Amino acid sequence: MTPMKELRVQLEVLRYNPDTDTEAHFQRYELTCPEEWVVLDALNTVKAEIDPTLNYRWSCHMAVCGSCGMMINGTPKLSCHTFLRDYEGTVIRVEPLAHFPIERDLVTAPDDFMEKLKRVKPYIIPKEKKPISEGEYKQTPAQLMKFRQYSMCINCMLCYAACPEYGLTPSFIGPAALTLAHRYNLDSRDGGRKERQEVVATHEGVWECTFVGACSEACPAHVDPASALQQMKITSSIDWIVEHLIPGGNK
Amino acid sequence: MSRRPLVREVPPTSWYFHRPTYLRYMSREITCIFVAAYCVLLVVGLQRLAAGPAAYEAFLLGLKSADSIVFHLLALAASVYHAATWFGATHKAMPIQIGENFVQPGVISGAHYVVWLVLSFVILYLAGVF
Repeated sequence: MTPMKELRVQLEVLRYNPDTDTEAHFQRYELTCPEEWVVLDALNTVKAEIDPTLNYRWSCHMAVCGSCGMMINGTPKLSCHTFLRDYEGTVIRVEPLAHFPIERDLVTAPDDFMEKLKRVKPYIIPKEKKPISEGEYKQTPAQLMKFRQYSMCINCMLCYAACPEYGLTPSFIGPAALTLAHRYNLDSRDGGRKERQEVVATHEGVWECTFVGACSEACPAHVDPASALQQMKITSSIDWIVEHLIPGGNK
Repeated sequence: MSRRPLVREVPPTSWYFHRPTYLRYMSREITCIFVAAYCVLLVVGLQRLAAGPAAYEAFLLGLKSADSIVFHLLALAASVYHAATWFGATHKAMPIQIGENFVQPGVISGAHYVVWLVLSFVILYLAGVF
């Protein structure tokens, strides 16, 4: 068996202790890691062997749970999905997700996102309720494909950290929540679009988006939030035209 | 244990220097200035035309100045960049689903280039170039 190649890794991690600090500061850690390790492995080694006070979130270590999102050299990434070998010979700067308040070290407060997620009603609101005895709500593969991409969101909030509009205007509902609204609007079993439009078709909704497109670049689940928001701008504009310019359209 | 989250503000006037994606976005936004300026120039041209032959001749002479040629070249470059980046993004706003599959992005943006070309020739034809 060929010996495992090792890398000398330098991490520069943003630290913030709410009990003692008024400002955040960077702390440097140096360690040796196998070359196939990811940034999260390095953080776990730091916590286990160098500095047990370091705080960060993680869970699945396989890019599914969406817990370990961080800014890595200024780009929002899942730390379990970011290989150390791609940064060989450089200092890797690890910061908490941008645009969210820092709770402690790399842990951010997701409260604002959770609140916005609730506002878009990200669940099926059936067109017509029917008793279980009538059987399931059926859907063709084509109807599924219409929204499938948008259902892959893992709520990791990387798109919020990537979105400059959200950073500048925190009232913006933001990419992931609006994309999930779109996902349910496109679902053939759903009849809740009108309710969601009260949040979607507003200045804080899709109209705050200026199509920077950074959300789609950041998404580790290959969802394309920028496309969802542009499509919702078109449908919201059609709603407005029907309501205001077509006689009888506001009925 | 106290909860005292630290909020880091986004610098309102320099945020777009932070990432290449943001710089690309801002460079596209800036092209709008040239597009708008060219629209103003067209309106001024119409106004000069309405003012009579002498005024229009003077306007046309002005267009041949070095400053005007530099502006037109810049406006052309900005408009082409604006149009190309827009065409490249159209598949996001207007996906076309056929059965279970979506039409390839290149087909949608390619169709826009074809329509652009055809309309350009129609305008040149109406202007008497051919």
